[in-house]
Amino acid sequence: MLDLPLIWAGLLALGIFIYVALDGFDLGIGLLFPFLATDEERDTAMNTVAPVWDGNETWLILGGGGLFAAFPLAYAVVMPALYAPFIIMLLALVFRGVAFEYRWRDPTHKRIWDVSFVFGSALATFMQGIVLGTFVQGIEVEGRAYAGGWWDWLTPFTVTVGFALCAGYALLGAGWLVLKTDNALREQAYRFAKRAAISTFVFVVVVSVWTPFLSPEIFTRWFSLPNLYWVAPVPLLTAATAALVAWGIRGQRDTVIYPATLVLLGLCFVGLGVGLTPYIVPRAITIQDAAAPDSSLLFMLVGALLMLPLILGYTAYSYWIFRGKVRPGDGGYH
Amino acid sequence: MFEFFDASMLARLQFAFTVSFHIIFPAFSIGLASYLFVLEGLWLKTDNPVYLNLYKYWLKIFAVAFGMGVVSGLVMSYQFGTNWSVFSDRAGPVIGPLLAYEVLTAFFLEAGFLGIMLFGMERVGKRLHFFATTMVAVGTLLSATWILSVNSWMQTPTGHAVNALGQFVPVDWLAIIFNPSFPYRLVHMTLASYLTVSFVVGGVGAWHLLRNRANPEARKMFSMAMWMATFVAPLQIFAGDLHGLNTLEHQPIKVAAMEGHWERQTGAPFLLFAWPDSAAEENVFELGIPYASALVLTHDIDGETPGLTDVPASDRPPVGLVFWSFRIMLLIGSLMALIGVYSAWLRWRGRLYDTPWLQRAAVWMGPSGFVAVLAGWIVTEVGRQPFTVYGLLRTSDSLAPVDAPAVAASLIAFIVVYFALFGAGTYYIIRMMGETPDGQGPQTGAPQRAAGTTPLASMQPAMNKPTTNTGGA
Repeated sequence: MLDLPLIWAGLLALGIFIYVALDGFDLGIGLLFPFLATDEERDTAMNTVAPVWDGNETWLILGGGGLFAAFPLAYAVVMPALYAPFIIMLLALVFRGVAFEYRWRDPTHKRIWDVSFVFGSALATFMQGIVLGTFVQGIEVEGRAYAGGWWDWLTPFTVTVGFALCAGYALLGAGWLVLKTDNALREQAYRFAKRAAISTFVFVVVVSVWTPFLSPEIFTRWFSLPNLYWVAPVPLLTAATAALVAWGIRGQRDTVIYPATLVLLGLCFVGLGVGLTPYIVPRAITIQDAAAPDSSLLFMLVGALLMLPLILGYTAYSYWIFRGKVRPGDGGYH
Repeated sequence: MFEFFDASMLARLQFAFTVSFHIIFPAFSIGLASYLFVLEGLWLKTDNPVYLNLYKYWLKIFAVAFGMGVVSGLVMSYQFGTNWSVFSDRAGPVIGPLLAYEVLTAFFLEAGFLGIMLFGMERVGKRLHFFATTMVAVGTLLSATWILSVNSWMQTPTGHAVNALGQFVPVDWLAIIFNPSFPYRLVHMTLASYLTVSFVVGGVGAWHLLRNRANPEARKMFSMAMWMATFVAPLQIFAGDLHGLNTLEHQPIKVAAMEGHWERQTGAPFLLFAWPDSAAEENVFELGIPYASALVLTHDIDGETPGLTDVPASDRPPVGLVFWSFRIMLLIGSLMALIGVYSAWLRWRGRLYDTPWLQRAAVWMGPSGFVAVLAGWIVTEVGRQPFTVYGLLRTSDSLAPVDAPAVAASLIAFIVVYFALFGAGTYYIIRMMGETPDGQGPQTGAPQRAAGTTPLASMQPAMNKPTTNTGGA
């Protein structure tokens, strides 16, 4: 028989990774927004993501909905444990989502909606980092409910991961901008990419060194034999990918930075996952324990296998239609 | 006083607040997406520029409303977990997959094609653009289908079993999806959404007709809206009646609350006015039409109808709220049908556009659909209290292990943010509705891009030379 819970854990991880790949760069644009020199540059930067942003954000709904559907127990434990970060993230996404429309509707208050876009993007990213950090750090569970306090998610480690994710998304955003713009804006994006890359590399090292010391269990997972042979390639590949990102920035290779950054974040994802399996709520609830009954999982799997290729297909088609560089006041685009 | 605001009550208020705000946007965008589909279809078929101008006009408004719907909906998908985690754990195996299907079949479809709909005309040509509009409209309807299936299962649960952990687990998916109240709720809500948009469109058309009777766009949209009022408003009353009879069969106590009937009785009156007193289990004052309720509900003057005292007080919903919301909905529905009849008469007499009385009434009725939708949802959601899964899981047993201060703080944050941001959005929408729909674009303070403004202004050239990629990939 198929191991449906494991398949769903894999699909969910894939969904979250696609979310990071897609919404990561448009949140990153929000993080870089205040550093752009002119209003025209901000307009152009926003127009590079305007036709695709809400499709990107739908993957976050899939993440929440998928966790609810496939692992209701995990959802029921994780949401109260991360109550404040989730609420703040959602409100921040409201601030940033409305800005896409409002700033064009109300030229006299454009500045307000620009601030709303920046502040919303930054706070949402930071809170996603907090959520990720809390997942690595662990969640206290008793019976079938969260048993920790209201502020357990706020620790030096989670805050560090929060800033780390901001650096990572900013790098994705810069990588996207060099792909989609030219001239002065592209040059500017390369300067952003350089700074974001340096911050990202530093944070990756700090978080990687810190993580094994969070719990003895994660430590053994990494440093006992024969595990070490299996996990050792992860940091090595991470270092190689970081070098690739640096090479792309140094040589101004437009098409290298975004994909290489994505691989880098993917490897970090795998690195964090090493300490997590077979749990879905770290060191408390396993994937198998949290899973919905097979009848639910199978019913959804049929839908997912039919729909996901279709979704990926028309999402790719939409990106294809809007391919190419976006220029200021680009008539064809608007 | 303060024990009233325990975590449970605060969590309920928070859900009621966020979902009430949210429902306004989908109710609008479901109807508006279909309207845009009709407009673009008619433009392609007839080549009449009036349809294209109307399409451009309403697309801008759609973009803002849709954006607000997306972000307020995102909040909903996480709120099940933050405030109602026990419910999520118990009901997740049944409703989770339905919500997942909603995301997979509807949300991605809407979001994926919205970009093309708003920005893609020059890049894809008008046939593919129409396809994108169609997909967005289909997506909104699919979304309504799934979410109403979830809601209906919570009202009339079937097709499940309960496992050792107390979870509802699926046994028969078809019975779950097509549970007894689902078809009625789906029809009633879809029609409600169409009517809401019809009256918004009719109100905006009437507003501009009162200023310029000759404006072809205003005439066209007003006429289309009044056709809808003539045919759909009576249809909605019929569908609502069927939905009510279905509720009588499956949730008789909800119907007793809607009617304000405390005692099981035969030949019950329909109460036009009453002040229900839950402590005394009676109405302080009543004014009713004898036998009317019995006749409507049982199609028999001497038919027997349920009373609230059929069940213990702990199993009854708050009566006053349900009773009055139901009357507000009925009143608005009747006024809509009245406008439909009056406009049909004037149309027949050839005076549809020249009767300021009708136009003034239509302006006033512009936002009425939203009020009716909210009132209707209050009837059905408050009316099924005190249960989340009707008869099986109590609201008080569904709550997350949250403390009152945390829920209170987040509730205040939601109230402040929603009123500020969605208030601004509503203001922008109303301002756009104030612009004259003549295909000339806004006269003052022209937004430079905005979803829809410029891309559609350049639709005409796109008719001749479809698909050019000016971006240089």
